[in-house]
Amino acid sequence: MLARGDLLEARFPILAKWLLAPTVAKFVIEAPLVARKHRAGNFVIIRINDTGERIPLTVVESDSAGGTITLIVQAVGKTTKALCAMEAGQAIRDVVGPLGNPTPIERVGAVACVGGGVGTAELLPIARALREAGNDVHTIIGARTGELVILEDEMRACSSSVTVTTDDGSYGRRGLVTDALSALLAEHPEITVVYAIGPLVMMKAVTGLVEPLGRKSVVSLNTIMVDGTGMCGGCRVTVNGEMKFACVDGPEFEGSGVDFDELIARNRTYVDLERIADERAACQLTTAQGAAR
Amino acid sequence: MKKSSNLLRPAERLKIPRQRASEQAPEERNHNFLEVSFGFDEARALVEASRCLECKDPACIKGCPVNINIRGFVERVVEQDYLGAINTIREANALPGICGRVCPQESQCEIMCSLGKKYTPIAIGKLERFLADYEIRHDLFRLPDVIERHDEKVAIVGSGPSGLTCAAELAKRGYGVTIFEALHAPGGVLRYGIPEFRLPRDILDLEIDRVKALGVEIVTNFVVGRTATIDELFGEWGFSSIYLATGAGTPHFMGIPGESLSGVYSANEFLSRVNLMKAYQFPEYDTPIKIGRQVAVIGGGNTAMDAVRTALRLGAETAYLIYRRSRDEMPARHEEIHHAEEEGVQFVLLTNPTRILADDRNWVRGIECQRMALGEPDASGRRKPVPMPGSEFVLEVQTVIEAIGQSPNPIIQATTPGLEVSKRGTVVTDEKKETSRVAIFAGGDLARGGATVILAMRDGKVAAESIAQFLGAKRGAAGNGDAAPEAAPAGV
Repeated sequence: MLARGDLLEARFPILAKWLLAPTVAKFVIEAPLVARKHRAGNFVIIRINDTGERIPLTVVESDSAGGTITLIVQAVGKTTKALCAMEAGQAIRDVVGPLGNPTPIERVGAVACVGGGVGTAELLPIARALREAGNDVHTIIGARTGELVILEDEMRACSSSVTVTTDDGSYGRRGLVTDALSALLAEHPEITVVYAIGPLVMMKAVTGLVEPLGRKSVVSLNTIMVDGTGMCGGCRVTVNGEMKFACVDGPEFEGSGVDFDELIARNRTYVDLERIADERAACQLTTAQGAAR
Repeated sequence: MKKSSNLLRPAERLKIPRQRASEQAPEERNHNFLEVSFGFDEARALVEASRCLECKDPACIKGCPVNINIRGFVERVVEQDYLGAINTIREANALPGICGRVCPQESQCEIMCSLGKKYTPIAIGKLERFLADYEIRHDLFRLPDVIERHDEKVAIVGSGPSGLTCAAELAKRGYGVTIFEALHAPGGVLRYGIPEFRLPRDILDLEIDRVKALGVEIVTNFVVGRTATIDELFGEWGFSSIYLATGAGTPHFMGIPGESLSGVYSANEFLSRVNLMKAYQFPEYDTPIKIGRQVAVIGGGNTAMDAVRTALRLGAETAYLIYRRSRDEMPARHEEIHHAEEEGVQFVLLTNPTRILADDRNWVRGIECQRMALGEPDASGRRKPVPMPGSEFVLEVQTVIEAIGQSPNPIIQATTPGLEVSKRGTVVTDEKKETSRVAIFAGGDLARGGATVILAMRDGKVAAESIAQFLGAKRGAAGNGDAAPEAAPAGV
């Protein structure tokens, strides 16, 4: 337990950082209160500095004794690029959580875990928890190209089988995760639930594949979000015809009820502004580097 | 009785018109986020205060939810004893710079003013703001003496007006107080909801700093119910009592088709992006916001006014305010309605949206509405709007902001066993703000469902008094060798 005084003006130091792929970084961050309470499926909202935006990130691992959480981040926009450029010894301005509902972990027999891109990181704690609960876990990791495949060893440690697919065939099987999943489900008819985390189009395709086969899909939705506690409603999604807030009602939902097309369109709301922010940041970086020389 | 310091005879006082504060010109201010009203200067404050008839039984005080000695402070202004005046306010109100700006005075203290019957009431709100500004400008704020210190610690959940008030009152009584705030910055609705043009952030920061100066700790980034539960705050964290003041943060949506389109916001999201995250300074700040050339805001309350005026400031060419009743039924403060009209907001009254229309990129392109007529009075006493069949029309807009109300955030209710919650999701309390659980008190919008800053503050005051009584009784019982009431079990 922290002395209460330590919480005032708390910062969240980065204790360690690794690159898992050229654009994917893993951080161990000191956040003892989050670490104590974290369960698989929870996320945090972070803000890297005083002018930063609030972004949700799934907690990959936690060490409650050590007071740390692990986040894995892919550099895609301004904030994630800036975060990925941070190093051990620096501190994140704000970390709040754990938020969202933890994944309900039950012993159902055999399950499939399908991770796309950095979604594999979000899937890892769930795969581990499912395995610990006594399930037979079959994992599929998908990535655009071989160097973006992450956490293969960690997934092997908690899975009965791991299949890797890449879009370009540079590593593992060439093709999409759904191709590998079709084969897996044919080979293992005992699989009843498929957990899929990755890009929305992937989760939509997985849901479209498994539902007609009588299997259940569980997806974790990444949405627009400001506060992460149910205040803004930016994360609203239509599930079985009803409006749900991903931050407090989710982030996981059964895939069959989710209106993916609506969410895919909604998530594009800020694409042009995000590009402006990103280009501006890149431009400032170039200027700063120029000045440093 | 002390002789009045006002040298004017009553008849002379009646001849003085109500003073007006100067304001930024509407066509200028609707493009910036600077404060609209400049407030009274000293000369105007003195003239305004001298209008007070010094009633023997001042009704204004009864109209004030926190019972500020209004007559007393106005008299101090006449005497030019500004320190005495602000301290008179501070006895009853820890946040005068905020209340002087955002209170609906016209329906509280000022409506009770004797002058209002035949003339115009004293501008009590503007005088309060003048004193709060004067206190800052002349650095007059001094910490009150705390007579007695107590060992018990009180946790307050939420750093909005109710939580801050309760914290200040308990700190003044010598209790250790920690406020837990879910967001990264304190202030609650004062921070994320009320725009800077109504409540400048330096004023808000200063008022919060003063509460902290009383010894109150504010822990941000802490979601009670998630980061720690209420029962953990009692147990391992060692708090003796808890005040719940988490407000009404869950936005309502109308439930019409098209609400998931890009370009549709809850007022909470829209205002949080601008106020809390400073999206109006994008890309200096990272949080984006998109505003159409034409914007429609739905609702008639203060939040709707804040949203529609913010939309203009973000560059909207046309900002519509769509409200299903008439202007007279609008719950917003008169001053905000007036300011919105001055700034060019187009009021579309007796109108209700029926669906939001999409373009081929899933963005808002318009809003279909229906005309309404006023029927018989409903449960609220206001005439019920009834749709007029066949009256549908479309307003071309690219942004829609829904400001139709909020309900309490359910996280604490869901994670606190034994806490009685109403069907509307509000926490049930008695008049002393005590909940169904011993040692837990609640107030503000969490208990009311959606009211004003000042009513939230009153609840905070009442709860502080009740908490002090509760802890005092517990101490007394312990001192007598009786078993002290335990915090944890429900219904004892």
